[in-house]
Amino acid sequence: MVKQLNKKALIKPLALLVTFFIVQLLIQFNIINYYYQDILATICINIILAVSLNLITGFTGQFSLGHAGFMSIGAYACALTIQRVPTVYGFIAGVILGAMLAAFAGLLVGLPTLRLKGDYLAIATLGLSEIIRVMFINLDSITNGAAGLYLQYRFVNWFWLFVLTVMTVVLISNFVKSSHGRACISIREDEIAAEAVGINTTKYKVMAFMIGSFFAGVAGAVYASYFYFIEPNLFGFSKSIDILVVVVLGGLGSLSGSILAAAVLALISSFLQSFAAIRMVLYAVLLILIMLFRPGGLMGSRELSVAMLVELRKEAIAWLKAMPAKVLSAVRSITKGTGKHGGDKSASKGRFEG
Amino acid sequence: MDQFIQQIINGISLGSIYALIALGYTMVYGIIKLINFAHCDVYMLGAYIGYYCMTFLHLGVVPSLLIAMILCTLLGVLIEKIAYKPLRNATRIAVLITAIGVSLFLEYGTMYFVSPQVRTFPPHIVKSMSAGIKLGNINLTFMQLMIVSVTVLLMVLLQLTVKRTRIGKAMRAVSLDVDAAELMGINVDTTISFTFALGSALAGAAGVLVGLYYNSINPLMGLLPGLKAFVAAVFGGIGIIPGAMIGGYFIGMVETFVAGYGYSMYRDAVVFAILILILIVKPAGLLGRNVREKV
Repeated sequence: MVKQLNKKALIKPLALLVTFFIVQLLIQFNIINYYYQDILATICINIILAVSLNLITGFTGQFSLGHAGFMSIGAYACALTIQRVPTVYGFIAGVILGAMLAAFAGLLVGLPTLRLKGDYLAIATLGLSEIIRVMFINLDSITNGAAGLYLQYRFVNWFWLFVLTVMTVVLISNFVKSSHGRACISIREDEIAAEAVGINTTKYKVMAFMIGSFFAGVAGAVYASYFYFIEPNLFGFSKSIDILVVVVLGGLGSLSGSILAAAVLALISSFLQSFAAIRMVLYAVLLILIMLFRPGGLMGSRELSVAMLVELRKEAIAWLKAMPAKVLSAVRSITKGTGKHGGDKSASKGRFEG
Repeated sequence: MDQFIQQIINGISLGSIYALIALGYTMVYGIIKLINFAHCDVYMLGAYIGYYCMTFLHLGVVPSLLIAMILCTLLGVLIEKIAYKPLRNATRIAVLITAIGVSLFLEYGTMYFVSPQVRTFPPHIVKSMSAGIKLGNINLTFMQLMIVSVTVLLMVLLQLTVKRTRIGKAMRAVSLDVDAAELMGINVDTTISFTFALGSALAGAAGVLVGLYYNSINPLMGLLPGLKAFVAAVFGGIGIIPGAMIGGYFIGMVETFVAGYGYSMYRDAVVFAILILILIVKPAGLLGRNVREKV
């Protein structure tokens, strides 16, 4: 029994190592060329962002629309550090500094605003990320304003991308499985009940918010170092939406869902690069359709596993069978107005009501 | 002193626009507790409809304004029926994400069809509107007069609708308690659609007015004014119609004064800082009352 457990525990690290070396070899032999390396970097950065936002929105149920703001703090901190210390150590220091500053910003922001509920929090975080953006535009002497910062060296390679992404996923998934994580999930499920059983809801909300911001800072630092160039407008409202789309598509409360969705969406957007408007229309339709038919996201709050795949197959068949009736009833409810309405009372009993 | 008065005039004009948009946010929030992110895109489409009416149909300002309002009304009702109605019983976060989806769809759909390029209104109309009265150093344009008078007229009409008509009574009832309203025989769906219609008509009017005022429209023009109008609604107490008006004028004033006295780069930040301050100090807004949480 013990032996079996050990074997099982070894599978994941082994699989990760093998993935790392295969990709490393492919890069070495130039099968993965620069173009694909850029996509790979985008995927890794998106995974870090989506997983960290999922901790805030998916697991703790706090709707944040300002993730790009925290990302920009990390990006600028790292870029400015690298400009002064253009070595790998400078990069490492930049990542740590960026992440710490982003987490600190998360704390500053979180303490007052996390008292707000649901949609108010969304607007407050959106406003904050706008404030951060405006600050970066106006701090000309440090950030070079709207023109942005250019970096001369790139220190992020596949090794760093891989290490930082895996670190983020492992740390957040361990956090979610810990007692702190369960406290966060209980806040998502029912804040009043959580408070009633003695969970310090403010503490855990701020904690989740800080950890999420920390890793958003990491993602920003990696972004700055990989793509050489950052400007405040890269981290606007639409970037926050991009991250949100990944989280929603993958499933609110599913880390493997976020990872899958980050990869799929990065591939889709790189194919649609020259059709920016179409890409966003597609994102929009995706968002609406997912919310109409699968409000929990594609994976719901489940994680990817073999058992889940089997179950998913069954479910997919059942879903396809029920599809015609569903579409019919949806159409009917739109045209005839026979839909049930509960208004604010039943709506506020939702899973994510803060 | 002249500059001060000029800033007040500019502030009132801008505030009128914010108030018009904020009314739509506040009514929808009052009735179904949803931040209708798509509202600011209805406003953007209003500007485009006005633009096409004036440029290609050679209509005057008033007919264009009316056409934009009618089409925006239809659009608002359509959005409600297609995107929000199937989600009446869904979680609030799901409806919020849908609203963001609808907003993106309208923005980038418009961008796809009319290209992202900035457009300007026909020069003769702009010229006639920007003429005005000069009192010393103070400038009062026809455009500003029109913005303020149209806004006041629409607000009076709205107040009469909400306070004096049957459907207005139904709106107030539904926003107070949906279930009770339904038990009293009010058709909740119709009432909600009507609320969207009213809000969208106001947004359409605001769109045409802003398009003419700044003489530049683009598919993403709704984003920032939309957010600021929402801030205005929150400032006055969301769900409260007079609150949205007060909030709109307040935000317009603040923004104009911050910009007018040399800090124009910071005006967006100031508006959002105000939002955060209100949310922390008095989350229910200026006119709102705190509601106690019940289990």
